[in-house]
Amino acid sequence: MIRSIGLAVVLFALWLLLSGHFSPLLIGLGLGSSVLVVYITHRMNVIDHEGFPIHLGFAAPTYLLWLGWEIVKANVDVVRIILTPSLPISPTMFRVRASQKSELGHVVYANSITLTPGTVTVDIIDDELEVHALTSGAADELQGGQMDRMASHMEGNGENGAPEART
Amino acid sequence: MFIAAAAAILVTMVMAIIRATKGPTFYDRVVAVNMFGTKSLLLIAVLGFLIERPEFLDIALVYALINFVGVIAVMKFFRYSHLGTPHAGDDLGDL
Amino acid sequence: MAADIASWIFILAGSFLVVAGGIGILRLPDVYTRMHAAGVTDTLATFLLVVGMAFQAGFTLVTAKLLLIVVFTFFASPTASHALAQAALASGLKPRLAEDRRPKDGKSLDDGGAE
Repeated sequence: MIRSIGLAVVLFALWLLLSGHFSPLLIGLGLGSSVLVVYITHRMNVIDHEGFPIHLGFAAPTYLLWLGWEIVKANVDVVRIILTPSLPISPTMFRVRASQKSELGHVVYANSITLTPGTVTVDIIDDELEVHALTSGAADELQGGQMDRMASHMEGNGENGAPEART
Repeated sequence: MFIAAAAAILVTMVMAIIRATKGPTFYDRVVAVNMFGTKSLLLIAVLGFLIERPEFLDIALVYALINFVGVIAVMKFFRYSHLGTPHAGDDLGDL
Repeated sequence: MAADIASWIFILAGSFLVVAGGIGILRLPDVYTRMHAAGVTDTLATFLLVVGMAFQAGFTLVTAKLLLIVVFTFFASPTASHALAQAALASGLKPRLAEDRRPKDGKSLDDGGAE
């Protein structure tokens, strides 16, 4: 129920943002369509912990900030490689274990890997991700497992309210 | 300033077109076309600022959606050669 | 004035990254590596350009729409990249590798894999 209300609020805020008009007619139309969409998604049964993951709470923004910094560093690396005349690439394929418990956690981890330039998740086999990396350095860094721990930490934080110590 | 950004984006779009025509594989072309799509979305946004019509941003948003759905549809079609839902027994997942 | 300077810096950095990504897509040798170059233009370059434009727009609805574009790009770009990479690999297109750390025949990392 709290997820349905939250979804309606988000949708209505999106309507206000995109329209920018505040006449009663347009606000009424926005309210109507938000409620209609929530009703339809409720019938489709997709408002769950995956469709609207508010249980991640404050762990999500922290993770996003950390991920943003990782993306900046990876971008600098990739651009430097592209612009070096000798093109020092060493493409590597490898597997990493995704230690997250839920499918949502796996998706967050796999998408984080792909979003970081220099590494692309190619396949998911059970709880292992097959990754293509532009350089063996990027591969080493990912196999070091820091991103895996951060993603697990975010998931664990959201579900238990306490960070999990993983090694 | 926006002219510089628009020029950079246009140069990149030309590079993407070169890659899309050279290939050599089908997937190279899709990567290039996907890149061309995301760059045109940026170009639309920059043009909106350049000629001071911020309404262009709405078009850019819609273009982002269409580009994403288009690439996914093309990949799905070439991988499974149909756009319908997976048949029972096919190991296709939810893609 | 300060906003103008910040906006210049962000937009020039973004333009540079966009062109670098374009050079990458021409220079790199195969599909999988080209995907990384496309990733550069999709993530940081888009973000820098949009932030530069947001400095010009000030605190208005336009900025909110720009942020929506960034959020959407950050969700859609990895999904499209993954779909592409997976389809390319499934079609039997072999990546050109300098090093292959996948476990040879075993299905899992547990039986003597890369860890």
